[in-house]
Amino acid sequence: MSKLTPVLSAFWDQKDSFTIEGYKRNGGYKAIEKALAMEPDDVIKTVKDSGLRGRGGAGFPTGMKWGFIPQGDNKEHYFVVNADESEPGTCKDTPLLMANPHVLIEGIIIGSYAIRANYAFIYIRGEIAHVVRRVQQAIEDAYKAGYLGKNILGKGFDLELVLHVGAGAYICGEETALLDSLEGFRGQPRLRPPFPAIAGLYARPTVVNNVESVASVPSIINNGVEWFASMGTEKSKGYTLYSLSGHVKNPGQFEAPLGITLRELIDMAGGMRSGHKLKFWTPGGSSTPLFTDAHLDTPLDYEGVAAAGSMLGTKALQIFDETVCVVRAVLRWTEFYKHESCGKCTPCREGTWWLVQILKDLESGKGEAADLDKLLDLCDNIAGRSFCALADGAASPIISSLKYFREEYLEHLRTGGCPFDPAKSTVFELAGSER
Amino acid sequence: MPLKNDDALIDSIIKRYPRSRSAIMPLLHLAQARDGYVTPESIEVIAEKLSLETAEVSAVATFYTQYKRKPVGEYHVGICTNTLCAVMGGDAIYESILEHLSIDNDEVTSDGKVSVEHIECNAACDYAPVVMVNWEFYDNQTVASTKDLVDACRAGNPPAPTRGPNKLPTWKENSEVLAGINDGRANEGVQAGEPTLLGLKIAKEGGR
Repeated sequence: MSKLTPVLSAFWDQKDSFTIEGYKRNGGYKAIEKALAMEPDDVIKTVKDSGLRGRGGAGFPTGMKWGFIPQGDNKEHYFVVNADESEPGTCKDTPLLMANPHVLIEGIIIGSYAIRANYAFIYIRGEIAHVVRRVQQAIEDAYKAGYLGKNILGKGFDLELVLHVGAGAYICGEETALLDSLEGFRGQPRLRPPFPAIAGLYARPTVVNNVESVASVPSIINNGVEWFASMGTEKSKGYTLYSLSGHVKNPGQFEAPLGITLRELIDMAGGMRSGHKLKFWTPGGSSTPLFTDAHLDTPLDYEGVAAAGSMLGTKALQIFDETVCVVRAVLRWTEFYKHESCGKCTPCREGTWWLVQILKDLESGKGEAADLDKLLDLCDNIAGRSFCALADGAASPIISSLKYFREEYLEHLRTGGCPFDPAKSTVFELAGSER
Repeated sequence: MPLKNDDALIDSIIKRYPRSRSAIMPLLHLAQARDGYVTPESIEVIAEKLSLETAEVSAVATFYTQYKRKPVGEYHVGICTNTLCAVMGGDAIYESILEHLSIDNDEVTSDGKVSVEHIECNAACDYAPVVMVNWEFYDNQTVASTKDLVDACRAGNPPAPTRGPNKLPTWKENSEVLAGINDGRANEGVQAGEPTLLGLKIAKEGGR
């Protein structure tokens, strides 16, 4: 009996899984019939009771977020989907939207109905044209079928859904930066409070949810709270997409109950690439502190990962074997955070710049041992001192790598350069032939 | 054809939104669909249409890396050099392609056909190393395969993307897609690649 529980991915192997016909053939757009016959508050309660938590990284309970929207306030409400998937290592929403954009649209209709929003947006990253195409076509087909627009299913509920395409800024995955971007400004985070539930898009009550969270809602409406809660662990209910990448034999997507371990997932991926062993990994993208082979049996749910000193994040499991230099890996991530820092808050804008300088020196063996403490000191002055979590994310790989691999940093100083051969971590022969 | 001749299309894009300013980003994508990059003239057209100062539009255009301030190639190649792709071969691909084309990052070949940019994580890590052309996926690349790819682009007959439409669109054509204009090609290409389906396959076999 497999430990895997394909729900979202259940029919991705059908060639037309992304079309409205394919989705309906597999039971699609049944959940809106059920949801639109319920009171909106009961829909919120169902999602709350299911225990569904945000799949975009923070793990905040989705139903509770919906419940924060003030009702009877005579203001427009907005439902916004964060499809700006850009956290390094994260690759779950993109294949989901390519294989089945309609499940997201069905979730949006249900969520918008629940929070009494008549306008919804999908903020999608702009660097993957074919996913933009698939979602655009799905929206048009949903309008034609009467699932969007005026008087949906004759139930008197109206909903407009607009696809908004980003333009290459990681920071727009941060929900308040996303809202600024959607309003037509530079994507820079806002100071909170007020939270989006009170003053979000156009200063109106707004829900911002991750793609996978919203896409999970139709299955909960269809199958019920008990079904959903029967999967997962005590405080981390349900199934989710785990994305394995890097030095495993067969990388890919694995939909499993929350709480599965990396040991089990690597086994399903066919093990590490032959002749190599696990060195370090990220449980949920580059912003989540690194783990090592000591964490192979850590339950991958919100509590289990947190108790072991990291975060479940986006369940983006990037696997690195013993051929990878941890200093090189961390430097590259740090360059990413420097590049993507929006520049609003000084600790992040200036701090990430200094982190890169110091790490560059360390990687090339030019630094000194005192630089390691300087790095930690800088991280201490960056993390938690900015409007958003980008700066915290920048500090994570540095702090965690120094915790587990301090000796490797020092080795660079002793040998006067990087002791690793980058060709060894490459997955093809550098002459050009496939390995 | 410059953006100023697109009155009706511009109006329809503005109408998507409850407030007009939200249309800046799709209009900038549309500007690139017309001229290949964001020209000062496009900035003026957008500012006038949205009743904004040109400085307000420029401020947005310069914030986002996908909006270009100078022409890119007909085929814009993005090579992922974020950590995971980099260590698996992205760094080697990036260096060898720049050398192969004799250009630097963000530069265009003299025939105007190909430009190269190192990009950040593009959400396809299970297909690493990843290369994008005009924001279409070329999965599981090697130095050799990417050299073939850019050579084919220069010769004007690029192969189809791994997970994308049957024929690789040009930079301008795809910029129009990013402006939210349906090119009718959503049904082309696979629904998923093998890594996407791996967990489902194992579950169906009842294994592990």
